[in-house]
Amino acid sequence: MNNIRKNRLKDQAFKVWGIACTLLGLVLLLIFLGNIFTDGIQRINWSFLMNLPSRSPEKAGIYTALMGSLWVLSLTTIFALPVGIAAAIYLEEYAKKNKLSSILEVNISNLAGVPSIIYGLLGLEVFVRIMEMGASVMAGSLTLGLLILPIVIVSTREAIKAVPKSIRDASYAMGASKWQTVYLQVLPASFGGILTGVILALSRAVGETAPLIVIGALAYVPFAPLSPMDQFSVLPIQIFNWITRPQPGFVENAAAAIIILLLITFIMNGIAVYFRNRWQKKLK
Amino acid sequence: MGKEKNENVIESSLKRKYKLQAKDVNVFYGDFQAIKEISMDIKANSVTAFIGPSGCGKSTFLRLFNRMNDYVDDFRMEGKIFIDNQNINKKKVNVEQLRKQVGMVFQKPNPFPKSIFENVAYGLKIQGIKDKTFLKERVESTLKQVALWDEVKDNLNKSALALSGGQQQRLCIARTLAVEPSVILMDEPTSALDPLSTAKIEELIHELKHKYTIVIVTHNMQQAGRISDYTAFFYLGEIIEFDKTNKIFTNPEKKQTENYITGRFG
Repeated sequence: MNNIRKNRLKDQAFKVWGIACTLLGLVLLLIFLGNIFTDGIQRINWSFLMNLPSRSPEKAGIYTALMGSLWVLSLTTIFALPVGIAAAIYLEEYAKKNKLSSILEVNISNLAGVPSIIYGLLGLEVFVRIMEMGASVMAGSLTLGLLILPIVIVSTREAIKAVPKSIRDASYAMGASKWQTVYLQVLPASFGGILTGVILALSRAVGETAPLIVIGALAYVPFAPLSPMDQFSVLPIQIFNWITRPQPGFVENAAAAIIILLLITFIMNGIAVYFRNRWQKKLK
Repeated sequence: MGKEKNENVIESSLKRKYKLQAKDVNVFYGDFQAIKEISMDIKANSVTAFIGPSGCGKSTFLRLFNRMNDYVDDFRMEGKIFIDNQNINKKKVNVEQLRKQVGMVFQKPNPFPKSIFENVAYGLKIQGIKDKTFLKERVESTLKQVALWDEVKDNLNKSALALSGGQQQRLCIARTLAVEPSVILMDEPTSALDPLSTAKIEELIHELKHKYTIVIVTHNMQQAGRISDYTAFFYLGEIIEFDKTNKIFTNPEKKQTENYITGRFG
């Protein structure tokens, strides 16, 4: 009887502890969000989105940084998506399970943990200097593409792994080739999972600052990029730049820019959730 | 010289009677030997049942006939498998082509997470057939063949996963039949189904044998007795006895077979 009561007590204690841990993260986030919103929300209007950077905080806008971020985001997607998904398909469906593939596997997981500034140094050397792209959108996107590649590969592999073997068996037994099985069965069945992983990886890319500073992205650009070879700025760099200024007006601007950046990430995550739910419903 | 040629002729005319043949087959998974020196001839348009306790190699042996073991790590095989006198393990054999000829139904119903129509049309579509009327006709005729048409004809676009287990398994059989194979391998096709669904599948097997050569692995002794013409008893990777089902069940040669069939072990 005593033992049962003790177990029940432990159970209760752990529950309370768990709730406290969950709340800790949430409360901190809420405080941060509240802070940012009270500082920045009144600054958000059409001209803030459409204005070029300026020395006076009331005239300054995020147009160039926003455009820069969108450019970088799209090009990063174009680079990282096909390469990452193809690599994951190869590792999961084609590669024989041997020493080499397990070395590859461990290394890819490790790459996902390499600090982003290291990728910046790599991008500076390879893309900016050797390939002579300069501090362009292209160089920045390729660098971020490399940065999120391991994440795309790992999450795509997890999604592919979750497809039951029985579906592959059925497809092979019908006389499908490996590619047909991957293309017609495995990819559609893992689409939701792959998409979720990809969007989470891109959300990370959109918030990256360090590697872009290293390759030489500018804090002040008077124009939005018009081609992949133009110089650029991105939202996180713009935010960083504003926060370092002494005038209080720029703090407001920074808060407003953070809201926009958060909005972009939330929308992307929302899309991921939407597609995952739709895909799950389709499976049923 | 003349004598040897004569013998060859006799041998090949004997062979012609057999749809599937295994010759001195050994299978290894790494160091473990799963199949030991099995030779077997299976007649066309017959139902052959493989029985035996779990892990005796009957599923492994079944999967040799459509080379489904190719994807298993550490798999190694010795000996020869013939289908219509063709050695199917030769390099030039196209595995995809082979599997169109030798269909397979699995233990757990495994329809694709697609519509009923797409499931049945899959095998044809991967062959590059796009003709809509042809696909429609073939889907209808195969669904009728497995007696599923009346149950699903109004919602062919519904997900196959919405069907009951028994319906799903009949759909899987239809999917296999749609590419017109000549052999159907069944790996415990009713072990996940209720008795009523099982009865329907057994009835179906009975009808299908006029057009196809069927090999079925089963744990269910009564099922082997009900539906098969020949029965092979496997034990620890060997065939203990292979004969007409009637003989196996009423008057087996080996004591071991009798013990298994009467339920004294297994």
